[in-house]
Parts: sequence; C-alpha cells; structure tokens
Amino acid sequence: MHPAPSIIAFTTLSGLGYGLAVMLGLGLLDPAAIATKIAWVAALAAIGGGLLSSTLHLGNPQRAWRAFSQWRSSWLSREGVMAVVTFIPLLMTAWACVIEGRQAVVPGLIGTVLSLCTVFCTAMIYASLESVDAWHTRLTPACYLLFSLAGGAVAASFFAFCGSGNAKWLPVVAIVALVAAWIVKRGWRQRMRVVAPLSTPETATGLGSIGSVRLFERPHMTENYLTREMGFRVARKHAAKLWIIATVLGGVVPFVLLALLLAAGAQAGPGAALVAGLALASHVVGVLAERWLFFAEARHAVMNYYGG
Amino acid sequence: MTSLPSSPTPKKLGLVIDLDVCVGCHACVVNCKEWNTGGYGSALSDQDPYGADVSGAWLNRVHSFEVVPEGGEIVGEAGDARIVHFPKSCLHCEDAPCVTVCPTGASYKRADDGIVLVDEDMCIGCGLCAWACPYGAREMDLAAGVMKKCTLCIDRIYNETFEEADRQPACVRTCPANARHFGDLADPASAVSIMVAERGGIDLMPEQGTRPVNKYLPPRARKPLAASTDAPPREDTSGATGLFAWLDKMLDRI
Repeated sequence: MHPAPSIIAFTTLSGLGYGLAVMLGLGLLDPAAIATKIAWVAALAAIGGGLLSSTLHLGNPQRAWRAFSQWRSSWLSREGVMAVVTFIPLLMTAWACVIEGRQAVVPGLIGTVLSLCTVFCTAMIYASLESVDAWHTRLTPACYLLFSLAGGAVAASFFAFCGSGNAKWLPVVAIVALVAAWIVKRGWRQRMRVVAPLSTPETATGLGSIGSVRLFERPHMTENYLTREMGFRVARKHAAKLWIIATVLGGVVPFVLLALLLAAGAQAGPGAALVAGLALASHVVGVLAERWLFFAEARHAVMNYYGG
Repeated sequence: MTSLPSSPTPKKLGLVIDLDVCVGCHACVVNCKEWNTGGYGSALSDQDPYGADVSGAWLNRVHSFEVVPEGGEIVGEAGDARIVHFPKSCLHCEDAPCVTVCPTGASYKRADDGIVLVDEDMCIGCGLCAWACPYGAREMDLAAGVMKKCTLCIDRIYNETFEEADRQPACVRTCPANARHFGDLADPASAVSIMVAERGGIDLMPEQGTRPVNKYLPPRARKPLAASTDAPPREDTSGATGLFAWLDKMLDRI
C-alpha cells in the first residue's frame, strides 16, 4: 500500500497526542505545573495537527464535514465523530489545568476513555479491510493502542522531567508500554510474514481449476491509480533495515535512556529533561518508520491482477 | 446512506463475461471510456495524456493471464498453457465492502436493482473504498478528486430514448465477440442466469465474502493441440516393387 506522508503523520501525531491526553486525563502530571500546561497544549496540537494532516490527501477536502454522517457503517466516519466528541472533555480538562491549575477528574477520565476509543477507530479503518491480509487482524488495533500509550507515556515522562512531577513512576509506565507495544508489533509483523494470502491469482481469476495463473500482460503499459496506490514496493527492498531502524529508535533508545534516568534516580531538571526529550524524539522517529512499514509492506488483494 | 440494502435486491443487474470467447481486443475498454467520459458525472480524466507517462481513470480494463496446467511447464508434457483475456470492471457485489466503508454516504447500492454507484457531489476523494475493494474496480479521478466506478451504464440501460438494442452497457453493446452479456441475475429465467447455470459461472475471489453479482464463465475444456490434427501418415512402402523394393529393403537394414 502507498504510504501517504499525510496519513503517516496523522496516525503518528494523533496517536501520540491521544496517548499524552490519556496520561494527562488520568492526572499523572501535576496540574499546577507550567510543564503540564505546556503538555496539554502539545497534546491538543498533536491531535489537531494530525487530524488536519489527514485531510491533506483528500480529493475534495472542502466536503470533509460529510465524513461525520456514516458512523453506522464506516470506521472512518466513526473515527471522525469520535475525534470531535473527544475534543469536548479534552478541552474541558485542558482548560481546568491551563487556566485554573487544577485537575478536572471526571472530564479527564471521560477524555481518557474517548481518546482510546478514537485511536481504536483509527486502527479499525485498516483492520476492517479484508482486502489487505496484513491489516485484517485484531493485532492491528492492539498495536495502535499500545503505541499510542507508549508514546503518551514517553512524552509524559519528558514533561515529568521538565517539572510536572511523578518523575519516578512515569518512566516505569513508559518502559512497560514500550516493551508491550514492540512485543505485540513483533507478533503483528511475524503474522504478516507467515499468514497465507486470503486470495491468490487463481482465486482472483477463477482459473485455478485449469492450472496455475500468472500475469501475461497488464491492461496498460503504464502505471495507474491502482498500481500506485496498492502496488507500492519501494520500501519492501529496505524493509529489513527499516524494521531495525524502527525498533532501535522507537523502542531500544527510549527504553535505554529512560532506564538510565531511573537507575540514576534523576530528578526533574534540564539535564534529565534533555535526555527524556531525546528519548521522545527518538521514539517519534521510530514510530514514523514503523508506520511507513505498516503501509509499505502491506499487500493488497488487487495485486493478484497485476502480477505482484 | 452507506449501509447496504437490508434485504436482497429484487433485481440483480450485472454482467456475465465469457472467458472462453473474449479475444482481448479492448474494444469494451475503449467504448466504456468513451461513453463514460461524456456521460454520468465528471469526465474520466487522463493525466499527461499525450506524454510518455500517460495514465488515467478507467472503469473497465482487460488483463491477460497465462494459465499453465500442472506439469505443463514443458511443452507437450501435459496440457497446453493458454492465454485467457480477462475483462474486469465493478462486480456490483451484494456485500459490497466499498459501500460500507464510505464515510460520507457517497457510495451506495441501489435497493431496487443492486447497482453500486458513487454520488460524486458527496465524495471527498479519501480513497478508502478503493482500498476496500479487492477487485480494483474503483479508480480515483485525479482531476475531479472523486472516485469513479462502473455504473453499469445506468444512463443507457434505462434510457427510453434509445432503441431497445442499445439499452445495454456500452461494453456489452460494443463487444465484437459477444463475450459480454447484461441482464438480471436475480431472475433464474433470464438469459444470463441460464448461461451461468449451463456453463458453471463463477465468482471472483469468493473467499473475500463480497458475493459478486457479475459472473465469469470459465474457458471450456480444450483438446491438446497435438490431438486436434491427425498425425502425419507414416510412409508406406508395402506396394514397392523392383528396384524400389530392393532399395527399401537395403536401406531398412542399414
């Protein structure tokens, strides 16, 4: 599948933003601290920026409002509705923290639940497609949720070392979430590599009863929308390297840096904040690479008609 | 509304494509483009139309496949490999996954005749329906930013200003080999349903659970090429006499 930069940015940023909103909504950071107020702004900016980015790949973005209408059948519509609904408790909790310096407990908890629901809807857009074997599994929403939580916990750790308090526990949460996310992701990728394709050129053409089927001629000499959108192969060549880059930057580096901070018993301060900031930056880059692979490595059933 | 019709549609209009007959001439492809670029909705745009890297939106494409029977990799070992030309357009599935994923309600399946359509004024061009379709039946029109698909030539089949013979999809009307047939597949007495029953019409990718309306008639069994002609007669020298009989005998001994 074609890894559209706007979609990669959207899923990464909004996942991170919702994860951070979960940590903030649970009240894990001191609502009176300046760093927590900045964290709220950052979370909302990541969510909003991600959602705006997702409209960039639309052919007619001026009609995007129509996407709120079909929540009964469409996960994409559900995601849009949930994103808007989630903003209400998030803005209430953010207002309480940023303006009044207090934790709004009930809106915070509602925002936490709705944030996770929104991430789940995002993942289900992909997981619901039977035409893409790699995505059509419960592990897909599990990965999205765990990466959102891991990103949120790493970001919250950064803000904790910036002075939001709880610098003892948040890195532990982050480390646990990172390990869980990458274990499940590894299982997801292992499944992708071994799962038998649901459809083959034989079933796609119905000619399997005669013999084995291979493409003789494409319908046109040049590429078309389908081969560009579903037949993306550039990253497959470098998939093994990209996977290592993703796991090292997205998992190992933040794990080691946060563990070092814990082992050193680091308190909030510029040095610790810098290290935690590095962990966060590395994690985001790693997840971007992971998202790139999520799209680029996934094979679509239509390619059975295109010899690849 | 992008939920599918709650009960089976009374009519199931669709195509039956005879893979035994299609010669791969692409006339249906061209006539489809010609008709639909001037008909329903926005024109079917091409990008870089006169350049080296031309591409565009097509609602019907003909692929060609080579089918090799088991053990047939070596010529003459088993059955012969054969080329099958394979026209492909929207199958107007009963459980159309492209319809339910649509976030805007632009994609819909008509409750009366089962035709799957896109309301282009509501389409935001997100492309998710094209991802959901395992058949590649939907292509984005990059100029208009909306999704295009086969309409079963809805502006022909119900067009009462046309003569009866022309109230057929453009691809069916134009096919010079009569490989494409249009009709109501819900009616067991229709010509297309009878054809499907007699020839063992098949669904494409039944495992995807889409329940396509369009059916494909598999190629008929074919005799191996070697069996279709008599072997060249062996030379018979039994009637030879004199010098020729002697020569025949001597040469046989060598």
